[in-house]
Amino acid sequence: MIRHNGNIKDIEKRRKKNMFYFSLFLFATLFGVITLAVLLVDVFIKGIPWLDWQFLNSFPSRFPERAGIKSAFYGTLWMLGLTAPIAFILGVGTALYLNEYAGDTKLKQILQININNLAGVPSIVYGLLGLGVFVRGFALGRSLIAGSLTMVLLILPIIVVASQEALKSVPSSQRNASYALGATKWQTIRRVVIPAALPNILTGTILALSRAIGETAPLIMIGALTFVAFVPGSPMDSFTVLPIQIFNWTSRPQEDFQYIAAAGIIVLLVVLLSMNGLAIYLRNKYQNKY
Amino acid sequence: MAIRDIENKPKVNILETIIPKILFLFALISILTTVGIVFILLFETLSFFREVSFIDFITDPKWTPLFIPKHFGVLPLLSGTLIVTFIASLIAIPIGLGSAIYLSEYAPDRVRAIIKPILEILAGIPTIVYGYFALTFVTPVLRFIFPDMDIFNALSAGIVVGIMIIPMISSLSEDAMLAVPNSIRAAAYGLGSTKFEVATKVIVPAALSGIVSSFVLALSRAIGETMIVTIAAGGTPKLTLNPLESIQTMTAYIVQVSLGDTPQGSIEYKTIFAVGMSLFVLTLIMNLIAQYITKKYREEYQ
Repeated sequence: MIRHNGNIKDIEKRRKKNMFYFSLFLFATLFGVITLAVLLVDVFIKGIPWLDWQFLNSFPSRFPERAGIKSAFYGTLWMLGLTAPIAFILGVGTALYLNEYAGDTKLKQILQININNLAGVPSIVYGLLGLGVFVRGFALGRSLIAGSLTMVLLILPIIVVASQEALKSVPSSQRNASYALGATKWQTIRRVVIPAALPNILTGTILALSRAIGETAPLIMIGALTFVAFVPGSPMDSFTVLPIQIFNWTSRPQEDFQYIAAAGIIVLLVVLLSMNGLAIYLRNKYQNKY
Repeated sequence: MAIRDIENKPKVNILETIIPKILFLFALISILTTVGIVFILLFETLSFFREVSFIDFITDPKWTPLFIPKHFGVLPLLSGTLIVTFIASLIAIPIGLGSAIYLSEYAPDRVRAIIKPILEILAGIPTIVYGYFALTFVTPVLRFIFPDMDIFNALSAGIVVGIMIIPMISSLSEDAMLAVPNSIRAAAYGLGSTKFEVATKVIVPAALSGIVSSFVLALSRAIGETMIVTIAAGGTPKLTLNPLESIQTMTAYIVQVSLGDTPQGSIEYKTIFAVGMSLFVLTLIMNLIAQYITKKYREEYQ
C-alpha cells in the first residue's frame, strides 16, 4: 500500500502532505472549540445586561422590562426533583437485572437491543408517547407529573447504559471475595457491587438528568404552558420550564425579547454547568481503580 | 456477622427470591416503552389513513392540513428534513472525522485532556440554545453573504444542526480508531509511513465500520432534531432544493401543531402522529443500519 521510493523529493512531498493535513485536522478540531466560544460570547454579551435580581424573581410578562424567569426556574427544579428518583431507581434496577441476574438468554438479548434502539428514538417521539399515555391515557393532564414521567422514559436508556458500564467495571475478584465470605448474591450486590459502581452510576445519572433539563420538544408536545405566572405547588399543577420559556421569548418578534431569551439561556447554562461540574467532581473524587 | 446472618436467614431468603423479580419488572418498563410508542403511533396513524389515502400521503406534492383546500402529501416535510440533514452532513462529516483523526493519531495527551472536555460541553449544549444561536447569530451572518435569503431558511438551520452533531461523530469515530491496536500503527511506522499515511491508509480503513456507523447515527440524530429547525428553518412546507428559502421539517410541523389548539380526534391532530410515525420508522431504520454495519464489518484484532 505504501510505495517504497528512495527518491528524496518524494519523501519531502510526503512530509509536506503530512504537515498540510495535520493543519487541516487541527483546524477541524479547533472548529468545535471556536464555535463554542463564539456561541457563549454571543449569548453573554446579549444577556448579561438583562440578568438582574428583578429578572430572576419575576414572572413572565408581555413587557420585556418586567419579564422574569421565576416560574420557569421553579418548574425546572420541580421536574428535576420528580424525574431524578424515578429514573434512578428504574435505570439502576434495569441495569442490575441485565448485568447481574439475567442469564445469557434470548430475553436478555431482546431487552438489550430494545434499550439500544430506544436511545436512538428522537425526543419528539417521546413527546407523542407522553401525550398519548400520560396526558390522555392516565388523564394526568398537562401537569408536572406527566412531563416528568415522559422525561423518565426519555433518559432511562442513557441511565441504563451508563449503569451497565459502571457495573461491568467492578472486577469479578471483588464479587468472588464476597461470595467466599459466605455472602448471598443480593448481599454481594448491595454491599460490594453497588458501592463500588456508585460513583460512575451517579455520574451517568446526573449527565442524563442534565439532558432532561435541556429538553424542549417533548414538553411542548405534552403541553407545558408558555405563560405561567405562578410557582407550581403540586405535581398535578401545570408548569413551564427554562427551555420552554426561552423558546417562547426567542419566537417573539420584539427585539428586546431576544435579549431576555439570552439572559434565560445564561440561567439554563449555569444550571447545566453546575450539574456537569458535580458529575465530574463525583467521578474524580470517588473513582475506584482496580 | 455470621450469627446475625443465620438469624436473618428467612428474611435473606425472601430477599434473594423477591429482588430479581422486582428488578425484572423494572427492566420490563423499557419494553413497555417501545410497545407504548408503537401502539400510540400506530393507533392514530391507522385512524389517519382511514381519512387520507396512503398513496396521497406519499405522492401528493403539497402539505396543507391546516388550510383549505387540505393536502396531505408528506413529501414537502420529508424534503425539508432531508435538505437540513444533507447540509448538516456536509458540515459535520468532514469536521467530525478530521477532529477524530487529530485526537486519535496526532494529539499529545496534554492537548487531548483539554479538548475532549470542551467537545463534551459542546455535546451537552441544549438544542434550544443552538436554535437561538442559529436565528440570532448564524442567520444574520449568512444574510450578509446572501442578502436575498429568507430570515427563516434551511441553510442556517442545517449548519447549526451540523455543529450539534460534530461531537457525536468525533467521539464515536475516535473510539473506533483508538480500538485499532498499537502494533498495527507501529508496523506502519516501521515501514517509514508518515502520520498522515498511517491515519488514512491504515487506521481509518481498519476502523471504517465504526466510523461509518457514527455517520449514520449522527444523521439519524439530525433527522430527529427539533428545536433548531423549529426556530431557524421556518414553517412553510415546500418542495424545494433551495437552501436559502424557508422550509418546514417533519419535526417542526409536529411542534407547530402542538403549539396551537388542536382538538383531539381531529384530522390535524392525527397528522402529527402520522408524521411522527414516519419519523420513528426513518430513524429506527438508520439506527438498525448503524448497528448492522458495526456488527457485520467489524475488523477483529487479537
